[in-house]
This record gives sequence, C-alpha cells and structure tokens, in this order.
Amino acid sequence: MSVKQKVLGLTGDEAIAYAIKQVDPDVVAAYPITPQTIIVERFSEYVHNGEVHTEFVSVESEHSALSACVGASATGARAFTATASQGLALMWEILYIAASMRLPIVMAIVNRALSAPINIHCDHSDTMGARDSGWIQIYCENSQEAYDTTIQAWRIAEHPKVQLPVMVNIDGFVLSHTLENVSTLPDEEVKKFIGERKFPEVLNHEGRIVPLILDPENPLTMGAFAMYTHYFEYKRQQVEAMENAKEVIKEVGEEYAKISGRKYGLVHSYKLEDAEIALVGLGSTMGTAKIAADNLRKEGVKAGLLRIRVFRPFPKEEIIKNLENVKAIGVLDRCVSFGGFGSPLFNEVRCIFYDENVKPLISNYIYGLGGRDMPVAQIIDVFKDLKKTAEKGRVEEPVKFVGVRE
Amino acid sequence: MSHKISEFPNWREIPMAGVAFMPSTVVKTGDWRTFKPIVDEEKCTGCGLCHLFCPDGAASIVDGKAKIDYDYCKGCGICASECPSKAIEMVKE
Repeated sequence: MSVKQKVLGLTGDEAIAYAIKQVDPDVVAAYPITPQTIIVERFSEYVHNGEVHTEFVSVESEHSALSACVGASATGARAFTATASQGLALMWEILYIAASMRLPIVMAIVNRALSAPINIHCDHSDTMGARDSGWIQIYCENSQEAYDTTIQAWRIAEHPKVQLPVMVNIDGFVLSHTLENVSTLPDEEVKKFIGERKFPEVLNHEGRIVPLILDPENPLTMGAFAMYTHYFEYKRQQVEAMENAKEVIKEVGEEYAKISGRKYGLVHSYKLEDAEIALVGLGSTMGTAKIAADNLRKEGVKAGLLRIRVFRPFPKEEIIKNLENVKAIGVLDRCVSFGGFGSPLFNEVRCIFYDENVKPLISNYIYGLGGRDMPVAQIIDVFKDLKKTAEKGRVEEPVKFVGVRE
Repeated sequence: MSHKISEFPNWREIPMAGVAFMPSTVVKTGDWRTFKPIVDEEKCTGCGLCHLFCPDGAASIVDGKAKIDYDYCKGCGICASECPSKAIEMVKE
C-alpha cells in the first residue's frame, strides 16, 4: 500500500529542489547556471525560510562547488550540488576525485549543450563526456521521475556495496522549465526512506579499523598517493562498486515502489513484447517516442522502445533481454562523438550484441543537438526508416543525423 | 590474468577510497635532499619560525634550539629563508 501523497505543480528543477528540501542535506554548495539555476534558487529560499537545516555555500565557481561537496562529504555530511553544461565541464577534475574517494555526493545535472557557440538548450554532450568519471548516471523521463530519483539517489550512493556519487539528469528546458503534476511523499516518509548515512570501515595507517570519514578521533588520510603498485587495484574496486550498483538500484527502486506506487529499474521497456522495430534512448524524448509508437501501432506497425534510465552502470543484461527478438534497433543519441563511429549509446548498445547468436540490425540516429526539437512526426520518420532496414535485412547507413538541414 | 606483484594485497584486500593504510613516516624523505639545513646554535634564538614554516614537520624546538629531523627533511630551504637570525645555513650534501 502506498502512502497518501500530495500533488504539486512543479517544473523539473522545482521537483528536484523540493526533493532536496525533504532530504534536508547537511551541505549544498552550488553556482548558478542556466537551466539549472532554479534548483538552487528555490533551495536557497528554503534555506532563507528556515525550512531546512542545510549549510548553503555560495561559491565562486563550479570547480569550488564540487570541491566543497568533496570536503563536506568526506567529513560525513550529506552533500548536494547541481549544474549543467559548462559548469559540469569546469568540475571535471573533481568529478574523478569525488568518485575515486568514494564519496556519495548527489548532483543534479540539467543537460545542456556545450559551447561554442553558446547554447543553453538540451543535449547530452555534457554528461556523456563525464561517462567514464566513475559517477552513476540516471536519466529521467519527466519531472515525477526527477523527484523520485533525487530521493532514491542517496540510498544508492550511500549503499555500503556502492559508495559512489550519483548524477540525476534531466533534459534542459524540456523538463527543467516545464510544469507538471508531481506526486510528492510526506516529509517524514522521505526521511524514513533515506535514513541516516552509514559509513563503511577501512584499515587506517595506524592499523586500526575505522569508519571511512574524516574524524580527528579516528584519523585517516583519503585519496593519498598511490604508485603503479597500488593505483590499478583502486580502479578495480570502482569497477566492482559500479557492478554492485545495478542490484542496489533495483532494490532501492522496489522499496520505493512500496511507499510511492511508482517503480523504476535500470531500463524501461514499452511495447517490446512483439516489437519488430525499436528505439533506444535516454530522457524525455523517450516519452514522446511512446506516442510515436502508439500511432504506428494503429497502422499495424509493431513498434516499441527501450528507455535506458541508468546509463552508468550500463545495464547490458537488461538491454539484451529486452531487445534480442527485435529485428531492427535505432539508437537515439542526443550527443555527437566527433571522429568516432557513431555516438556513445549506439556504440555500447551495438557492442553488447557482438557475442550474441542472434544480432538485431542496429543503427544510430543522432538528433536534437543544442535543443533542436524532436517532435512525434520526426520520431515516426525514424521508425519508418528502421522498418525499411528490417525489410532489407541489413544496415546500409549505420550513422544518420535526424533534423539537421542537409 | 596477471603477472602478480605478489608482495602487495589484491584489490579485494586493500582499504577502499585510496585510504592510506600505512603511516607516511615509513617513507624517509630525507633521501630526496640535495642541500642540508645546518643550525648554528649560537645564533638560534629558539623563536620557532622554522618549526611553523617547515612543510614536512621536520623542524622542531628542542631545549630552546632548532632541531632538524634529517630522516624527513627534504632540504627545501624554507627554514633557512625564514630564519630571522640567519641561524640556518643550507649546505650541499
């Protein structure tokens, strides 16, 4: 039985700010950047009104924002920040440090294209660049999911088998500035769900087992120097933690479903049971793609789709299981890898089928750069293109650009 | 799949997060030194500035005089530079 919930009209940014208000973290250090600004703007109002106990740190850059979160999280605090595009780019070196020091920071990213030329609208180039930094990446389809994921993220990040920072991604403007009905849990339910932060134990330099936290009573040194004799082993640990995160994300999703009635996993499939053609992608576009699939099904076309909710860790098993019987797959990438063979999501989806006996035909559709719209009609065109591929039985042009003026 | 550097713990055994599992004092950084600070006890007033400035905690005041721990002093020369009494001289090793 789910608990009684209050429906609020919230944009994606406001939904995240509201979730963070209920989480009431110890530290929020952030710098404003469009289209993320509203998250920290709303949150600073909660701080001003005394609705949270959070120490709000106004910093001079995103590099400092994440650095402050690293310091806070290392002392045992719950730390949150939010950014987008150039801001994420400026956080770059600290991204890796936060992940490899195993600090369970939660960061909201409002996906926005990278300069130049300056553009404030959505694409996924910012976070795709950070895909190997060791952060868990969850891409939300709507504001409701943004709210729910922002709460779940703490449980995932702080799980003793994970201990990794989490990025909660929403599409710039499409979600961040669009008002939706969002069902919200009572404050006490959120508090109960996230509980208190727990700390794994490590062996310190004095030969004592101590909690992984900076504490003068139990001194330890974090992120200390490691040569070629040890560095590799720390990276191997991070790989394992990412692998563990798959189960943890599913467990947390199921537990959350019990109180909220809303269940989230690693991927979300839509009408794939008998699908002959399918789209794979991230974020809000996959919501629009459901309408396209519904319209095509009225014409007798067996269309379906798979939304990748969690891109890191990459849900290989779920993707294969959901798509192995599909004839032709189109991977939608809102990002471009210059000089690469297609874009990141396409590369990884195509790669995991290499060892499979039955391989679907897989092609890449790059779309929506700099916030260019991807309307239903255009998604239908992509489905129709896939249908042709399925009929021909081979991929003639593996990488295509959708919606660019040729 | 490795030619193991077997004297070290494997990835399941070492503490997570790059936490230092041995004290930094096991590394005798005095080996790095090219110039050695020599204290002239006649000139030293025991003011303690060398102790405050030493980035390695290798300078201390013992019985009112500066004392350098050569096991850890890297020979950076900050103590000699900061000493108001010119009581520390950097001498090539």
